[in-house]
Amino acid sequence: MTRLNDKLWDFYGGLRLPGHKEESLTRPIQSLPVPARLTIPLQQHIGVETEPLVKVGDKVLKGQQIATTQASVAAPIHASSSGTVTAIENHPVPHPSGLSAPCIVIDTDGHDQWHDKIKQIRDTHETAAITDIHTITPAALRETIRDAGIVGLGGAAFPTHVKLDNAVEHEIQTLIINAAECEPYITCDNALMRERAPQIIDGIRILQHALQVKHCLLCVEDEVKDTHTALEQALASAQPVPGAEISLLKTPTRYPAGGEKQLIKTVTGKEVPANGLPSDIGVLCHNVGTAYAIYRAVCLGEPLISRIVTVTGQGITRPGNIEALIGTPLTELIDACGGFNPQTTASPLTIGGPMMGFPISRSEIPVTKSSNCLLVGVQTLNTQQHKPYPCIRCGACVDVCPAQLLPQQLYWHSKAREFDKAQDYNLFDCIECGCCAAVCPSHIPLVQYYRFAKDEIWATEKDRQKSERARKRFEFRQARIERQKRELEERRKRKKAALDRKTHAQPDPKKAAIQQAIERVQRKKAEQQVVPKNTEALTAAQQRQIEEAEKRRQKLKRATSTTNPDPES
Amino acid sequence: MTDSTLITPQSVGSVMRQLLLALIPGVLAYVYFFGYGVLFNMLLASVVAVTSEALILWWRRKPVGFFLRDYSAIVTAVLLALCLPSLAPWWLVTIATLFAIIVGKHLYGGLGQNLFNPAMIGYVVVMISFPQVMTTQWFNASQQSKPGLIDTIIHQTTPHKPKQNPGKPGAHSKIDSITSATPLDKVKSELERGKTLSEIRHPQLFGLLGSSGWEWVNFFFLLGGLWLLYRKLIGWQIPVAMLGTMFLMAGLFYVYDSDNYLPPLFQLFSGGAMLGAFFIATDPVTCAATHRGRLYFGIGVGLFTYIIRTWGGYPDGIAFAVLLMNMATPTLDYYTQSDAFGHKTRKP
Repeated sequence: MTRLNDKLWDFYGGLRLPGHKEESLTRPIQSLPVPARLTIPLQQHIGVETEPLVKVGDKVLKGQQIATTQASVAAPIHASSSGTVTAIENHPVPHPSGLSAPCIVIDTDGHDQWHDKIKQIRDTHETAAITDIHTITPAALRETIRDAGIVGLGGAAFPTHVKLDNAVEHEIQTLIINAAECEPYITCDNALMRERAPQIIDGIRILQHALQVKHCLLCVEDEVKDTHTALEQALASAQPVPGAEISLLKTPTRYPAGGEKQLIKTVTGKEVPANGLPSDIGVLCHNVGTAYAIYRAVCLGEPLISRIVTVTGQGITRPGNIEALIGTPLTELIDACGGFNPQTTASPLTIGGPMMGFPISRSEIPVTKSSNCLLVGVQTLNTQQHKPYPCIRCGACVDVCPAQLLPQQLYWHSKAREFDKAQDYNLFDCIECGCCAAVCPSHIPLVQYYRFAKDEIWATEKDRQKSERARKRFEFRQARIERQKRELEERRKRKKAALDRKTHAQPDPKKAAIQQAIERVQRKKAEQQVVPKNTEALTAAQQRQIEEAEKRRQKLKRATSTTNPDPES
Repeated sequence: MTDSTLITPQSVGSVMRQLLLALIPGVLAYVYFFGYGVLFNMLLASVVAVTSEALILWWRRKPVGFFLRDYSAIVTAVLLALCLPSLAPWWLVTIATLFAIIVGKHLYGGLGQNLFNPAMIGYVVVMISFPQVMTTQWFNASQQSKPGLIDTIIHQTTPHKPKQNPGKPGAHSKIDSITSATPLDKVKSELERGKTLSEIRHPQLFGLLGSSGWEWVNFFFLLGGLWLLYRKLIGWQIPVAMLGTMFLMAGLFYVYDSDNYLPPLFQLFSGGAMLGAFFIATDPVTCAATHRGRLYFGIGVGLFTYIIRTWGGYPDGIAFAVLLMNMATPTLDYYTQSDAFGHKTRKP
């Protein structure tokens, strides 16, 4: 392999820490027998929790998908061995706050029987050559990686396919394989590289093809000579692939050289923009363990059901690296390493390394996709019990902060709950590496203050969003009520107006009746007025004469009406 | 950290103890040239500082033993004693120390909270209140007979009227007759009288580089300071910026008029220049925290020190210069933040 780019840059700050790597690298990776019970958490990645696909009582086979979700930022979960689902319930999981979370509990049957589909792939493609990889489309590779439930195995456990899908939308020139295992004690990546370098190279090739990236920088700390030898041999014997070069780079052994942003700075000289992603500067970073898992998924059809865990520290009898099925209780790992060291009195347990790991109080919690190390009997930054002095502003933290922040100002403002000021000092650029706390002469647990401040700001932001939503809802409701009122009012007005118009056009029937009656009377009166003529100023004799004539006429009228009835009546 | 497997950070106490260690060569030179007075001052100031700190802590319901173990009170006391006249009376030392600890430190909230350098607060208070004692109770290095330990202590602890009636014989005339101002002070007053440097130049005042005797004290404080730098207990920014500025200013004026302005090296090896540059201005609590801020802080201290020394009314300007720059610290810190990681790169 040609080395294209050997130039290295420097990143600011950081600490030279004693590595304590050799203790756990003295013996080969140890496999564990299948444990009697597996406790597999439904969430082992950053993103959305998966939902179980199995019920209590179901038989499951090794590699069978047992939980998934439609959400994009998530990775499916698979059964690590064959057996029966005996419970789906809350169990303690590796978490800084010691909380419990939903898990699928499988009582294994000891047959360790593969799921048919995988068995088939294993039977037919067992030795499927990496040279065939170009026949698979990158999109299909990404889908395989997603279906295999692969997440970043460096510790953060971010779903790998999300990173790959995002990268496809950007122009990626350089793939960086992060094998700079910078935190003291942790050696799972080094053990993997020493024993399975060819497979790692294959995994990198697959990634290169999936991303269509020519250049790959494989970055290893400069002090792990045996690892270099193994990788160099594997690179030399690997079949060259045209248009896909892998350069082995030896990065300085200085914590946190393996931090994503620090590593990118070291090997490319570029800084990932704040609030940005490596893909913004044409770089994508994957952990070496992830590359290995990708090899297993693509070439062997195996989903991510096991990982290598370093079990080390003064409190363990035989430190080493264990290949453990996901869901294996940590107690089994401790037993496999000879149990607790009888010479040490206290054996605090830590998940992760001494700088960024978190203490756990019980050892029955299971191995998850992100468990890279179990530290036994080592005081870490998060377990030390020193009573802190006030900050004397000595600035030792400023000199070591790889994010180039002013840790003491961040501490000051976080402690005073002046979160806006803490953000002015770029609180969210803090990568929580713990360098500041490690050098603080006042022994202030600085990172805990930053986490507190971040949590508070997130909580406030969530509250703000919630109340904003509530306010909008309320305002909308108010507006709707107002509108309805207004509309009702308008309708009423319109009706009234219409009614008024009607009233003017067609007067009241009562009035009309009265009017008609009046008119009728008037008409009648008018008619009557026609009949008597010259009836005024009559003499009494004349009046008498008229009355008599009238009587006669009436008599006559009655007589004729009885004999000759009126045809009109 | 109890765990020896990770790096073991300094503790506040160990930082302070190493600071005291670094002072030892300078203090020895001080005693060699100027007698035992300074030792008595250091002891008295330390006792007063620790006692007053303990009382205040007890009164504030703070863990007394825990905070006394940080050695910060003793550092304040020793630095203050090194600034006071070596033959200063006991009450002067006591007042200065009480002010430094009670007003300068605890009224602001104790360790880490004070805005001003406590030792300089104590110094300035007695400098303004008792200028005559502060300027005359020094011992001259070229004096043939140094007073003994007992004589010195008697001089410092018994009441007398310094220099009021120098001719009159009395119990303390032996020491009263040899106390004087510092060379820096004397040179200034001579210059003010219109004399030129060549007229003043006298082996009693001038040594090889700086003022007689003081140049060695400064030299050994410089050595101690370099050790602090080597141990990374202080940053290089403040001493370099401060001494550089003083050198530059003095150089400019010396070139302009070498008869009336002191040569630059004389400035650096006189008075409290080295003590100030490495031990006082670098007090972490009260100096700027950013690297650039520390450079500006040092430049400011150097500038003010030169101005006060040259044209001001006080024998040395370091205390005032440090206090002035202490006031500027929060502003310096705010405006001199460096770009955090990834803030130079623009997101496309």
